[in-house]
Amino acid sequence: MYKTEVRGTLIHGDKDYKQISTDIIQPMEGKPPLWWFIALAIALIAASVGVWAIFVTVSIGIGTWGLNNSVAWGWEIINFVWWIGIGHAGTAFSIFLLILRQKWRTSINRAAEAMTVFAVICAAIFPALHMGRVWLAFYIIPYPNTRGPLWVNYNSPLFWDFAAISSYLLISASFWYLGMLPDFATIRDRATNKLKKAVYGFLAMGWTGSTHNWLRYESLAFVLGGIAAVLVVSVHSIVSTDFAVSVEPGWHATIFPPYFVVGAIFSGFAMVMTLMIIIRKLYKLADYITDSHLIAVAKILTFISLIMGTAYLTEVFIAWYSGSNYELHTFFKARIFGTYAFEFWAMFICNAIIPQLFWFKKIRSNIWWMFAISLFINLGMWYERFNIVVTSLAQDYLPSSWTTYDPTIVEIGIYVGTIGIFSVGVLLFFRYVPMIAISEVKSVLKLNKKSKGH
Amino acid sequence: METKYWRSINELQNGKPIDHEKEESQHKKAVFSLSNKELNTPSSRRNFLKFMGFSISAASLAAACERPVQKAIPFLIKPEEIIPGKSSFYASTYMDGSDYCSILVKVRDGRPIKIEGNELSPITKGGTSARVQASVLSLYDSARMQEPMKEGKQITWEQLDKEVVAKLQEIDKAGGTINLVTKTVYSPSTQAAIDQFKRTYPSLNHVTYEPISASAVIEANGRSFGSLTVPDYKFEEADLVVGFNADFLGTWIFPLNYAPRYIQRRKLTEGQKSMSHHIQFETTLTITGSKADKRVPIRAADEKLVLAATYAKLAAKFGSSVSNVPASPVEVDFLVEELYNNQKKSIVVSGSNELECQLLVNAINQLLGNVGTTIDFSAPLHIRKNKDSDFAAFLDVLNSGKPQAVILYQVNPVYDYPDSNRFVELLKKANLSVGIFDHDNETVTSLQYIAPAHHFLESWNDAEPRTGSLSIAQPVIQNIFNTRHFQENLLKWSGNNQTYYDFIKATWLTGIYPKSDSLASFETFWTKAVQDGVVQLKASPVSISYDSGAVTEILPAIKPASKEMLELHFYESISIGNGAQANNPWLQELPDPISKVTWENYAAVSPKLAQEKGWKEGSVITINKKINLPVVIQPGQNYDTISIALGYGHTSMGKVANGTGVNAYQLQKLANSRVMYFAPVESYTATGEVVKLAQTQEHDYMEGRPIVRETTLKNYLKDPASGSKHQHEFDKQYRSLYDEPKYDGYHWGMSIDLNSCIGCGACIIGCQSENNIPVVGKKQVALRRVMHWIRIDRYYSENPENPRVFFQPMTCQHCDHAPCENVCPVSATNHSNEGLSQMAYNRCVGTKYCINNCPYKVRKFNWYRYTTNKAFDFNMNEDLGRLVLNPDVTVRERGVVEKCTFCVQRIQEKKLNAKLENKPLKDIDLLTACAQACPTRAIKFGNTLDKESIVSRLEKDPRNYHVLEELHTLPSIGYLTLVRNMKDDEMAPVGGDHHS
Repeated sequence: MYKTEVRGTLIHGDKDYKQISTDIIQPMEGKPPLWWFIALAIALIAASVGVWAIFVTVSIGIGTWGLNNSVAWGWEIINFVWWIGIGHAGTAFSIFLLILRQKWRTSINRAAEAMTVFAVICAAIFPALHMGRVWLAFYIIPYPNTRGPLWVNYNSPLFWDFAAISSYLLISASFWYLGMLPDFATIRDRATNKLKKAVYGFLAMGWTGSTHNWLRYESLAFVLGGIAAVLVVSVHSIVSTDFAVSVEPGWHATIFPPYFVVGAIFSGFAMVMTLMIIIRKLYKLADYITDSHLIAVAKILTFISLIMGTAYLTEVFIAWYSGSNYELHTFFKARIFGTYAFEFWAMFICNAIIPQLFWFKKIRSNIWWMFAISLFINLGMWYERFNIVVTSLAQDYLPSSWTTYDPTIVEIGIYVGTIGIFSVGVLLFFRYVPMIAISEVKSVLKLNKKSKGH
Repeated sequence: METKYWRSINELQNGKPIDHEKEESQHKKAVFSLSNKELNTPSSRRNFLKFMGFSISAASLAAACERPVQKAIPFLIKPEEIIPGKSSFYASTYMDGSDYCSILVKVRDGRPIKIEGNELSPITKGGTSARVQASVLSLYDSARMQEPMKEGKQITWEQLDKEVVAKLQEIDKAGGTINLVTKTVYSPSTQAAIDQFKRTYPSLNHVTYEPISASAVIEANGRSFGSLTVPDYKFEEADLVVGFNADFLGTWIFPLNYAPRYIQRRKLTEGQKSMSHHIQFETTLTITGSKADKRVPIRAADEKLVLAATYAKLAAKFGSSVSNVPASPVEVDFLVEELYNNQKKSIVVSGSNELECQLLVNAINQLLGNVGTTIDFSAPLHIRKNKDSDFAAFLDVLNSGKPQAVILYQVNPVYDYPDSNRFVELLKKANLSVGIFDHDNETVTSLQYIAPAHHFLESWNDAEPRTGSLSIAQPVIQNIFNTRHFQENLLKWSGNNQTYYDFIKATWLTGIYPKSDSLASFETFWTKAVQDGVVQLKASPVSISYDSGAVTEILPAIKPASKEMLELHFYESISIGNGAQANNPWLQELPDPISKVTWENYAAVSPKLAQEKGWKEGSVITINKKINLPVVIQPGQNYDTISIALGYGHTSMGKVANGTGVNAYQLQKLANSRVMYFAPVESYTATGEVVKLAQTQEHDYMEGRPIVRETTLKNYLKDPASGSKHQHEFDKQYRSLYDEPKYDGYHWGMSIDLNSCIGCGACIIGCQSENNIPVVGKKQVALRRVMHWIRIDRYYSENPENPRVFFQPMTCQHCDHAPCENVCPVSATNHSNEGLSQMAYNRCVGTKYCINNCPYKVRKFNWYRYTTNKAFDFNMNEDLGRLVLNPDVTVRERGVVEKCTFCVQRIQEKKLNAKLENKPLKDIDLLTACAQACPTRAIKFGNTLDKESIVSRLEKDPRNYHVLEELHTLPSIGYLTLVRNMKDDEMAPVGGDHHS
């Protein structure tokens, strides 16, 4: 049982149920503030840059990217893994904290889940686009066909990837959407305009708030949570097999699945932190997303950062211990002291060293420090993927095929575009969906009251 | 599968030997695996509906999509020889003055699409070079001369003939000279036509001109031996080969003949236990220097000093003294020792165009008794048989003030004569100037008339590249443009209306047939000659006498050159040669075997010089205030020289050639009217600009990896496996989770002998031609997107000033455990039951995972659409250029991955032929395009399951190893360790034990 005396209150201020509904729904009622329009405009511009870049890619060819016949994967795969990683936080956050019955999650999980859905959508753009013939992307779906016994290759990690990501997207989206039902019903009930009532009424799927409803709702949450918990682990493990199953030095490593899952959660939590700091500032929701929430995230980040550091060192150690000339080259000559030293150390310092600053209470309770460090982690995780994808390919087995890789404006454009798409999604979500799960927050309100009789 | 399982159990239980008959029938089944099932489908109502349904839907689909209509009209009367879908081969001859190759032309549906070597030729022995392979594309070049022209305007042949003949007669009568400038003429019939022309116009002055000649060799032989010829160099007889700036494997005089003969003594595959020893003195690193056992960098200008010192010391050993010889800048004692020990079994050659050098070479060879053993004057060469002074004399004739007619045939002096300005000036004064060219060039605009000539693939011709060795060229296609035989022009202008074909036949009837010991009638003899492409006559021995006077005369004149200045050195590149085929995109994109640079020439400098001057790779420098060139830091380059390739920098040769590189001919100097291949650098400045070079390989060292394995002959004789110890270790160590793949009937494999590979790149162009490989252009090559299916990796050992060089042809290894295959999500790449790693282009969606997971990086991605795309305006963007495409090979779409198929279409063709003949396929009948093109037969291809095949024998050779065998990919390509015949034990290990 949650002990307020020990843990502190989860919601600041003396709120009642009505006040909570009003506070949280307030951004959706009335005119959005000016900054929202500015932000939406910028996001839309970024998204259109992406649309242009995607158009160029599809109409002219992947030649417009900087890839070559040695480094055949570049920014698109880096960004794919990066987005998938970010997309991890929401579900991981909700599910693991739900299963662990961590009540403090309630004010964050909704936004985190939304982030997941948008990030996974952004991520899914890349594997499709990086196909030479994107118009034949459906070949990757195993469907009965007229081409004889022509089936997909079940041995290929890319097929596993496709299966894992699509199921992850499906489950995360269902979990997120079904979790919103009570809140949609609240908005419906508060709506003064007919259209809004109709739309939210449709979205609420006839929610009445009966005990029956709640019972079903709770059990469904646990069932989906159970499935999603497995997926959170599996999806990034499978993404990691894209690398681990190959023969390339620096890719062919058994540490990859856990290392990728932890890395994903790391980047996801960092992104949650970045977004929460922005939201609570802009929407003045500091009463709900309290400092203690952020501090809890910071503590988790500190711990995961230690795991990341261990993983990096383990990789390096195993490369040395293997005695394989190729592995040694990749880690020592290409990464640590070589051509890609900057990228390696950027990754190591951002992910394994900077987050350790959270050990200091002053830093982990300062919003600005937290904001900066969370950005550093996201940068560091991007560099981690760069390290993995590019450095192994650029200098692999036969030195004759060694080369370098630089992205072109088109690749950068697609990346900017996905950031735009993500931002547009998040901004619209803030406007049209309660960003904090009202019903769940209400459920923790009673914990604010001092328990009596003890 | 099931039957096989039971069969083996039975065998196991009964201990019965394998039923051979049964096995053979299995074997046959594998041959004829093209199933008859589809063909024998019963025509039931059900099937009828099935087919009908398909056709209707296909027709409606086809109708719905708007596509340009391309009509294919069937023959009304089918030509006898053309069977649609089947190709025929015609023997012919590639000849270009300086180059010769006996070839077979593959003609498919009436158009030549591929050139292969003619195995019947005693001279080239079935080998080809990159330029020979690529010449089929120059047939379909839109920059070819297409119509007769006068002052840039199109005219008719009748008008041209009338006007030219009138002027010729006028000049001849007025006491003027009719100058005919051609490359070396080694065709007896062409010579006969010229002779006839001379009879009509007695003032004819026939001048032979070669942009890159062997003038000094010929003149020196005239002085020393009284024979103005290039003798036959018998590299196969030599135990010691010494070269001085003579790139005889790549560019010097007749590499197509020298390379196989040289390699014959360097192979260790046919039970051979000895190798020749090869010492090379050279300025820039060439493929010949790369194959040498000892290589000494020298300044080109110092060559005569080295030769003089060698001669003097050698003479002293023989007991005569030669005094007043300046000291050699490099150590020569070891050379003198080696030469002395290899009397009568050595050969010394020099590529210099200085008479002194060649006279010294003759003196050394004479002293050693090599003349008559390794150097044979009884069957001299006729190619490059010109003297540079002829052209200088011709210029003087032009300047004589008398009426002049100039007829140029296939020469381009405006571009490639060092003093081209003078030539242009004099040409303007000529009363008549006619160019007979098959291709646009820089000289065209300075001429009054252009008579377009046939491409050699459209022509009849004959050739005698070496005394007694004749060959025939026959047309394999009707002339595409309004062109005419060069010889027919001469005949016509002499009033002879005979066709050149009849003329050749007449020449052969009276000139050649009587010399042959053929008992057949002339018609039979002729038909066989055309069929085979070659005829060998008996050569009669020639006695020569040596005159030592010449060398004694020149010795005092040999003085050390001033050392202060940098030296500029010019060489012929492997791909572009003298520049005549510069408009061929295949050749422009063929990487230089050494520097791996494509699409331009560059200033090769040594690492030390670059460091001293602060030049980086790609720094642009201005040389002699005339040309700007990017720097390439070339290990092995002599310290104080800058080498530049000739043949680049065209201005009027077509869209491909124009503007690639700079023209280095204009920097050359003449000395005693001979073209010098070195000159002082008068000035140099760095412009500060740094450009990106389009290189296909950027990293030069093996990083201690056992990729190319080498050993010395000494160690090899002690332990034949000395270079490839790992092989057996790995074989023992590895276990796989999967079953070892099993094959029945065929398993295709390849064996590449690293001793035989000279890195020339013929295989790359052979493959490009066979497999419709697109050209991607300089920018894309610089992005490392070249499409070649086979490449030649070149590595250096660690001493950058004079490294050992390693060539390794690298293509798809067709691994039995192919890492690329299991990662493709859509199964677009898979393994055939004959061991081929296959690509189904239609299925490929282009994830590129296979490219990443190929440890050999041999897979290529179609980053753009390379056909019918204005951005890639090479041959595949033109209807004419696309005629060269091989209909048996799919032209790949944008977005798919491609790679070497082991020429599956050739395998399939031979399998079908074997099926028709009802006998199993033997590998002797079957060659991949790369193996066919190879001049030294370094690549062998065949069935590894056939115990008698060459590849399965080579697989058992202790030298055999697989690249990256530690990955247990089970490649189908074996490499034979590189063995060098080092005299000293100084070989530092490269790519040695990677466990250390």
